Amino acid sequence: MRSRLPVVLVLPAVIGLVFLLVPLAGLLINAPWATLPAQLFSQEVGQALRLSLICASLATVVCLVLGVPLAWLLARSDLPGRGVLRALVTVPLVLPPVVGGVALLLVLGRRGVVGQYLDQWFGISLPFTTAGVVLAEAFVAMPFLVISVEGALRAADPRYEEAAATLGASRWLTFRRVTLPGVMPGVIAGTVLCWARALGEFGATITFAGNFPGRTTTMPLAVYLALETDPDAAIVLSIVLLLVSVAVLAGLRDKWISGPS
Amino acid sequence: MTLQAELRVERAGFTLDLDLAIEPGEVVALLGPNGAGKTTALRALAGLLASTSRIRHNGSTWDGLPAEKRPIGVVFQDYLLFAHMSALDNVAFGLRARGTRKAEANAVALRWLDQIGLADFAHARPRRLSGGQAQRVALARALATSPELLLLDEPLAALDASTRLRVRSELGRHLQDYPGHTLLVTHDPLDAMVLADRLVILEHGRVVQQGSPRDVVRQPRTDYVAHLVGLNFYRGVARGTEVLLDDGGTLSIAEPADGPVHVVFPPSAVSLYPAKPAGSPRNTWQAVVSGIEQHAHTTRVDLDGSPSVLADITTATVAELRLQPGDALWVSLKATEIHTYPR
Repeated sequence: MRSRLPVVLVLPAVIGLVFLLVPLAGLLINAPWATLPAQLFSQEVGQALRLSLICASLATVVCLVLGVPLAWLLARSDLPGRGVLRALVTVPLVLPPVVGGVALLLVLGRRGVVGQYLDQWFGISLPFTTAGVVLAEAFVAMPFLVISVEGALRAADPRYEEAAATLGASRWLTFRRVTLPGVMPGVIAGTVLCWARALGEFGATITFAGNFPGRTTTMPLAVYLALETDPDAAIVLSIVLLLVSVAVLAGLRDKWISGPS
Repeated sequence: MTLQAELRVERAGFTLDLDLAIEPGEVVALLGPNGAGKTTALRALAGLLASTSRIRHNGSTWDGLPAEKRPIGVVFQDYLLFAHMSALDNVAFGLRARGTRKAEANAVALRWLDQIGLADFAHARPRRLSGGQAQRVALARALATSPELLLLDEPLAALDASTRLRVRSELGRHLQDYPGHTLLVTHDPLDAMVLADRLVILEHGRVVQQGSPRDVVRQPRTDYVAHLVGLNFYRGVARGTEVLLDDGGTLSIAEPADGPVHVVFPPSAVSLYPAKPAGSPRNTWQAVVSGIEQHAHTTRVDLDGSPSVLADITTATVAELRLQPGDALWVSLKATEIHTYPR
């Protein structure tokens, strides 16, 4: 028989568990259950939720279209300075999102390095628009996808790509028919993480896209806004986000939660 | 048309320098110890490795062409079947990649699966196939595009012994029907002897011997080849019916010869005695047992002496002599069992 578990480990572990779970429980306990259905289907909540889902999904599409090829480049090419590139790609991962928002504003703002030309030549202004929300979310969420897909690519056996080449497949065909299907679990996991990150994005969004209901007020912004005027609404919005997060975790259960058994 | 290849690959501490000519319908086996450069040669031929190699075939050159532009088929050691595709899609992949329409590619692939007896497994994923079945699908995939050059990288190494025997003879049949050039890379002498028309032995990136399996077996030219075919092998200088061996010792031979020679004889020609035998054999010397190894029906004894020698003796003799490492014995060998040929 094994000896008893050491208290020095068990005690902090239990405190840590409580620390993580109690706030979530608090959210549920304080929920205005009586008015919840009415709140849930109110116009503000619906508007914010719809905007959030659309923006997060669009941002995820942007991340997929740009991030998967980027991951492939980092994992497969013999580009010089690949290690530096990989480090740079992960910067938005650790950067405070507000800083990301400021950076986006400096580049894409109406007087920004790129933004001024967008404005002059095409009459396009990105800050404080729904498109701006998508950009801010994509900026913050893309590293999650890139890292996940790149990890999957590096773990995949490149000899399958060689086998495809000996069968006459171009690199593009090989990527589509052999590489991508092989790393699909990694792509799906990365997509879900990326989408969840985009959905919860606050700092970069409020900095770059502002807070205009119906246009740029996503769920996290709505929670923050509601907390001052209507705390009950804030709780309802939070619960919706909590449910979405749990759903994401459930979706990733096999890959991330179960771990080695 | 002959396929001519001058393979040159330079890597840190290793140089491959191999000239190969393969006739249509010919199967050439590239045989060598680990690290000899066999797989490097195959990869250079396939275009999977950047090199300064020159390959000419049918008036055109493959130099600098990437793998996907070369008319090749490769069977990899662990087959590398695409796990997310059915056997049919795997076999059809090369045709599809080269622009054949889906219906036609599938029809050809199905014909191949039928030919290898796996039509029933057309829609099975590779993980449902046994090792032997996967090997056959890999072969069909490589041949489906009718390549000019078929490259086989240790095609039987991943199979267990009993499957191997069956798959080897099947592979031999398919290779006989295949009109193109075949290069078989292997470290298994049996695969090479059974499947190849010609052996090319590679050591340290260079050819040390080549010829028909029959010639190579009878007249090995390096220790590696001699070990491969299981012969005692020495270098020496012959003067009449005496050979002075380079590493010490003298042997009497039946056929007179002169000059530098290789000397071979099978371990089964060697007899061991506890005391100096009286009588006919002219070659007797003392040696010390350094190793004993049980084979299927014989026991192989490793003896240190002048010269050192391998002897295959019966289990009865082992029991009779009560052999132990360190025992000193008398080795005897009939002159007529010794085969010499010029170096």
